[in-house]
Amino acid sequence: MTRKLLILIILFPAFSVFSSPEKDYDLFLTHFENRFPDTPFQDYKNGVYSIDKSAREQWESMEEFPPYELNVDRGEELFNEPFKNGNTYSSCFENDGIGIRQNYPFFDEKRNKVITLEGAINDCRVKNGEKPLSYFKGKDLAHVSAYMAYTSRGNVFNVEIPNTKEGLDAYEDGKRLYFTKKGQLNFSCADCHVYQTGSKLRADIPSPAIGHPTHFPVYRSGMGRLVTLHERFAGCLNRIRAKSYPGGSDELNNLEFFTTFMSNGLEVNGPGSRK
Amino acid sequence: MNRRNFIKNSILFAGSLVAAPGVFYTNSAYAAWPKKSFDIKDLTDSVKSVYGHNNLEESSKVKLKAPSIAENGAIVPINVSTTLDNVESIMIFVENNPQPLSSGYQLSELSEPSIGTRLKMGKTSNVMAAVKSGDKIYTSTQEVKVTIGGCGG
Amino acid sequence: MSTIKMRSKESNGMVTVKALIKHPMETGARKNKKTGELIPAHFIQEVTSKANGKNVITIYWGPAVSKNPYLTFKYKGKKGDNLEISWIDNQGNKDSKSGTVK
Repeated sequence: MTRKLLILIILFPAFSVFSSPEKDYDLFLTHFENRFPDTPFQDYKNGVYSIDKSAREQWESMEEFPPYELNVDRGEELFNEPFKNGNTYSSCFENDGIGIRQNYPFFDEKRNKVITLEGAINDCRVKNGEKPLSYFKGKDLAHVSAYMAYTSRGNVFNVEIPNTKEGLDAYEDGKRLYFTKKGQLNFSCADCHVYQTGSKLRADIPSPAIGHPTHFPVYRSGMGRLVTLHERFAGCLNRIRAKSYPGGSDELNNLEFFTTFMSNGLEVNGPGSRK
Repeated sequence: MNRRNFIKNSILFAGSLVAAPGVFYTNSAYAAWPKKSFDIKDLTDSVKSVYGHNNLEESSKVKLKAPSIAENGAIVPINVSTTLDNVESIMIFVENNPQPLSSGYQLSELSEPSIGTRLKMGKTSNVMAAVKSGDKIYTSTQEVKVTIGGCGG
Repeated sequence: MSTIKMRSKESNGMVTVKALIKHPMETGARKNKKTGELIPAHFIQEVTSKANGKNVITIYWGPAVSKNPYLTFKYKGKKGDNLEISWIDNQGNKDSKSGTVK
């Protein structure tokens, strides 16, 4: 029954009387409650570890001394390093940049676009005469983002979709991308992370959609480095052999907007440790 | 033989002593890294190079904690502890790794025989924890499956 | 900056030590994707730990130990012990760190 309702979500745009981001959110949560009746809501922030017991045990071993601690330390160094003009990142952010991860992404009405934390880090750099950093390959941007996420652990996401055409359009854009089948393998994000979450897809178990952004950037042991949310989005698109998008693009910003809204009520727990 | 050859042969001889079985049990504060044992590709030979023999006894008193299916072969959490007394050392062998000996832990009289680390495993393999207690070697073995070919990339 | 992060805690006369060491632990069998050449082996070979100057454990590692290696061990000790962890790798690099047991 919920599958039909979810399909309806795509057919009816948010500003129609049949649907709204809040209604979408309720449908989403109901779907996951039905699929995983034993998983407490707050545990979704742990992604696949909320639904896979054996993997969870190994993750808990890793949490005894997680590899990302080295990255958070490095992130802190980078965060505090002044730009050439003497300013630091803290000058660009509320509360000096500490404990603010949960405020992103948000829709900036003046600039008419979604601002993600990593986008804001790059905006800060450009504003201070520095070059923007790459979202890929776990370099400095991922490290600064990891540190800022770490300082925000425990804070709760509460993304707001402004009730304006532009804001709702951005949300709809992200939602549409999420539910659209793409690529040679003809999968949508929803195919794996909504309909097939908990099943085995080759050697993996797809994690549930709610709670995805909360634990990013992740330290992937298999890759030996950090991975940002946009790199993960791009990676997934590549794996289904679909056209991918650059980090910080409107498409991925809007996708982050949608997926984070669907994680409202969950706590920040980045950076996360993954395989 | 001339003096140069004599010295060269002496050094080679001394070198072979260092690499001989039982190198883990020298009393020197800084013993040489047992290269020979770490280079061996076969489990039986590897065990022999460490202890000088292959007399191993399975024991439930050796507790090996390892996942049955490793999430990722690059970083497999392994813990070994034992209730046996007089434990001199703990060795961890990964049978199907290119070189089975992964690591060796030389304990002191201050030690509690309990260690843990994270290992790389190339493929599904038996992992064997070996504990030297007195003159005997007690082991516990468990298969750890390593999968590849996920959709997660 | 130190490559060693360590935490040590005493409970009922037993100290549990946990350490995370920043190190590539290259096996020497991996190839550089761009050049096709083997990346030279670079891994920690020996880790030692002392409590109040007395040897607690000597560890020999091979390249099969994971990147940014983790280590945990226990010894009979007390709060306030001065705990030192040192490592040396196959290229002769070293590092060492001391801390106090909590």
